[in-house]
Amino acid sequence: MPILEVENLSVSFKQYTGLKQKTHKVISSLNVTLEAGEILAVVGASGSGKSLLAHAILGILPRNASICGVIKYAGEELTPDRQTVLRGKEIALVPQSVNFLDPLMRVGSQVRTSVKNGDAVSVQREVFERYHLRQEVEKMYPFQLSGGMARRTLLSTAMVSGAKVIIADEPTPGLDPDVIKEALNNFREVADNGCAVMLITHDIESALNIADKIAVFYAGTTVEVAPVENFKGHGEEIRHPYSKALWRALPQNDFIPIPGSQPHPSSLPAGCLFAPRCVMATPECRQVQPEMRKLRGGMVRCIHAT
Amino acid sequence: MISSLKLKNKDNHKQLPSNRKKRTLFIILISIIFLVIVILGGVLIDEGRIVTNLNDRNAPPSLDHLFGTDWLGRDMFTRTLMGLSLSIGVGLIGAIGSASIALFLGMAAATMGKMADRLISWLIDLFLSVPHLVTLILIAFTLGGGFKGIVIGLALTHWPSLARVIRAEVMQVRSAEYVQVSQKMGKSQWWIALHHILPHIAPQLLIGFMLLFPHVILHEAAVTFLGLGLSPHEPAIGIILSESMKYLSSGMWWLAFFPGLCLLIIVRTFDQIGENIRLLIDPNRAQD
Amino acid sequence: MQLEAKDIGFRYGNGPWLFQGVNLTLEPGEIVGITGPSGCGKTTFCRILAGFETPIEGTVTFNSAPLPKKGYHPVQLIFQHPEKAINPRWKMHKILNEGWKPNKEVLELLGIDREWLERWPNELSGGELQRFCVARALGPNTRFLIADEMTTMLDAITQTQIWHAVIEIAKKRKMGIVVVTHESKLMQRLCQRVIDFNDFS
Repeated sequence: MPILEVENLSVSFKQYTGLKQKTHKVISSLNVTLEAGEILAVVGASGSGKSLLAHAILGILPRNASICGVIKYAGEELTPDRQTVLRGKEIALVPQSVNFLDPLMRVGSQVRTSVKNGDAVSVQREVFERYHLRQEVEKMYPFQLSGGMARRTLLSTAMVSGAKVIIADEPTPGLDPDVIKEALNNFREVADNGCAVMLITHDIESALNIADKIAVFYAGTTVEVAPVENFKGHGEEIRHPYSKALWRALPQNDFIPIPGSQPHPSSLPAGCLFAPRCVMATPECRQVQPEMRKLRGGMVRCIHAT
Repeated sequence: MISSLKLKNKDNHKQLPSNRKKRTLFIILISIIFLVIVILGGVLIDEGRIVTNLNDRNAPPSLDHLFGTDWLGRDMFTRTLMGLSLSIGVGLIGAIGSASIALFLGMAAATMGKMADRLISWLIDLFLSVPHLVTLILIAFTLGGGFKGIVIGLALTHWPSLARVIRAEVMQVRSAEYVQVSQKMGKSQWWIALHHILPHIAPQLLIGFMLLFPHVILHEAAVTFLGLGLSPHEPAIGIILSESMKYLSSGMWWLAFFPGLCLLIIVRTFDQIGENIRLLIDPNRAQD
Repeated sequence: MQLEAKDIGFRYGNGPWLFQGVNLTLEPGEIVGITGPSGCGKTTFCRILAGFETPIEGTVTFNSAPLPKKGYHPVQLIFQHPEKAINPRWKMHKILNEGWKPNKEVLELLGIDREWLERWPNELSGGELQRFCVARALGPNTRFLIADEMTTMLDAITQTQIWHAVIEIAKKRKMGIVVVTHESKLMQRLCQRVIDFNDFS
């Protein structure tokens, strides 16, 4: 049984344009499942709803957001009450922004409050050592940390929490390559110990190194969920035309772009969200948004994919 | 302009405003209409109603005299209305003066270098360290009291907190990347001030201005009440209140009660407008 | 038509030197990369080249003369976060035309939709905004372009689109480019030579 299931999730935001209040659907009919012992990498353009998914799972969306669909944790629906209970204990977030640290608390104590098993102080020192944070760092306040140090502190907090699900929202930008490697290897390690990791990133290359599955987001929905092995060569084994284009645009591959850009939530096309940019698109694609379907051991949201 | 305002108003009457922004705007419009009515009322009302009429002295509130009459038989409703109108007028001039000083000093502190900043910050601290009322009385007294004295006094005493806010806002927007880009596009300081900085601080200035109003009006009334402001033959609220004091003990409660209440309502209305404009442009609550 | 930085050093106040003795000569049409760990002063160096910051030591010269203090700057900088480099109270067409009126060719190359011009910045995505920032910086008097993590926040497709457009325009106008990125693969694709900032701190 998957530990985390997201079924048909939609997130809408109320926004003003002048005096009129409009509702933008930023995430629409999104499906993702996360198994214990597995790393799922979520990739996609900025604004495709990656971070919002994380915030929806943890129940920390802003006030003007409304949500529908079902999120299940360990088979049971994740209600706002349960989210509050589980947050930071069984489901931990490695946030994108370093503003998530408490500015008035020494970082050492912040990490210690998250320790669940064993002696808090020694666990914290151990994890700091692993991320190359010197001993004196534990006595510092967040404003004294550099960006990279703050990020490593955030990583430590999630690592010591003993959570069963770790959601890492862009944990690596601004870190040196060795630390990135170290952090990613740690994710692999906790996953091998039975933890489930959702790694939100736009660094496809490092995601491929450690993840088991990749979910590709486009304009607020999943277009494909595929095992990492499919991402190789010229992308022949990739199912969805968008994921293919994404793969081929990477500088280490063909470095060839497709025209157009991801639509803004206020002007989503009817039918398949990718149809306006897709070479395979037929009139049928512009009618209704295709459902997710199983294909070659993965999932794809495209009627033409083979 | 006026016709479009009216149109919006009509829409709002038909169905209750549907979202927070519309509701806020609606409250602001109603408040402004109320204030305009008070001002126009004070200007247009028949002066004949406040001539001395000894046959009708000390009458309690009735349908003829909504707020009663005083010891000379003058209609208190008319006097109050004229007093309020005068107060709003004085408040307007005082608030405009203060806001202009705040805008100028705030911009100067943030743009004219370190020395100007230090000097202006010191000036702000100096003014903030002495209570408004004391400085106001000093200035009004030095200038010989009267309308001129009180207006200049009000304008010169109410700017410091707004100036501080504007200084901070200008500093922040000046270091914004888009302003730096604009400089490197070859735009002049003036062009940037006009196109980037002013539009950014305009909402803050408007709120500050609106919230200055109640302060200014209350301080005007207070100083006039103490006898250091407007001269006794002007129909100011401060004058009315201080004259009424003598008669309170003889049971003529309406002489002070209604003018005082009206002053309070006007002050609250300005406060409402300011607070609602703030709600309207607060980025943290922009999408509620 | 050369951009030359000689013995550049920078520090904040009396703090430790962020970097010292940085030399860089950029010829027209040349594309040079800068790498180095985070916090080593790459961004500050870019800001110095573009005239946003004055170096504590050393000089930057353009055509053997100091960088102009006023007027259109021949070295334009493009930032990592487009939403900060854009006045949120302006409509897109005003933002686009702040420095010059980009011609149709530039707009098409960068994939800027006519319809976007009438929108407010918060109605466009980061990738779309960055296209505007690039178009804005490509004025006829721009001789050198500094791309400081220009496409870091964007997805691979948008990144490739923008770089293809920039490289094409740069070739045509013989414009020099400094590329700062932590993505080594992108660096290899774009740059003729690479400077490692580790050597200067």
